[in-house]
Amino acid sequence: MARPRVALDIEIPSDVKYIEHVVELATKECRELHLPAQKCSLNIPVALSEALSNAILRGNANGSGKHVRIRATIRDDAIVFDVSDEGPDFDMEKLRVEPSLETVTREEGRGLFLMHRLMDSVEHIRKGGNVIRLTLRRE
Amino acid sequence: MSFSISKQGEVVVVDVEGQLIVGNRQELKQKVLDELERGEKKFLIDFSQTGYIDSSGLGVLVSLSKKIREQGGELRLANLNDDLQTLFELTKLDTLFQISDTRERALESF
Repeated sequence: MARPRVALDIEIPSDVKYIEHVVELATKECRELHLPAQKCSLNIPVALSEALSNAILRGNANGSGKHVRIRATIRDDAIVFDVSDEGPDFDMEKLRVEPSLETVTREEGRGLFLMHRLMDSVEHIRKGGNVIRLTLRRE
Repeated sequence: MSFSISKQGEVVVVDVEGQLIVGNRQELKQKVLDELERGEKKFLIDFSQTGYIDSSGLGVLVSLSKKIREQGGELRLANLNDDLQTLFELTKLDTLFQISDTRERALESF
């Protein structure tokens, strides 16, 4: 088994205008790894956007001077994204809303659900701030 | 990413070019609300040139559908690619919106 390779390790100011660029870099890496097309065009862009916007808007509370770090690691079996913020602890499971006919008219609350549906695993790690670890199998 | 607005008969057509995400959702919302305020009632959002949509983008579509309906108007969506179709099915938003395969079919449906 090859050693995991760090493909991306960047820090961005806590501002949503940087999200699209980070997603572009991640998607490019995904294509270079020849992952299935939908993983590059749907799973990674949407799940990573959600993790980044949560980190910026909720974790860092849109605070100027704060930062979000994104680290992508390539393993033999998976691509792993760690999105780190500087925010206080939170209960990820409590915030997750399953879509239903009752909740379909809500304007918010789909982000965590989408991350879980589009990734193979989503973990919340406390390490200074919050780290959301998104893991997607390569096959 | 950009939004262009045109008029086809009585229908305001909005083309979403690029992504519809947290960073630009307000721009789309404002453009549609401006048209609604001018008295327009029929809206079609065409996604043929759209990449991906995040939960904030989906939220704006839900918000617009409510506001348009409150004013007695109608909102239709068209040209969702396979990824967007999957996204709408996962979130059950395919049950909330009237979605057409093509712009022509959507225009005929009003």
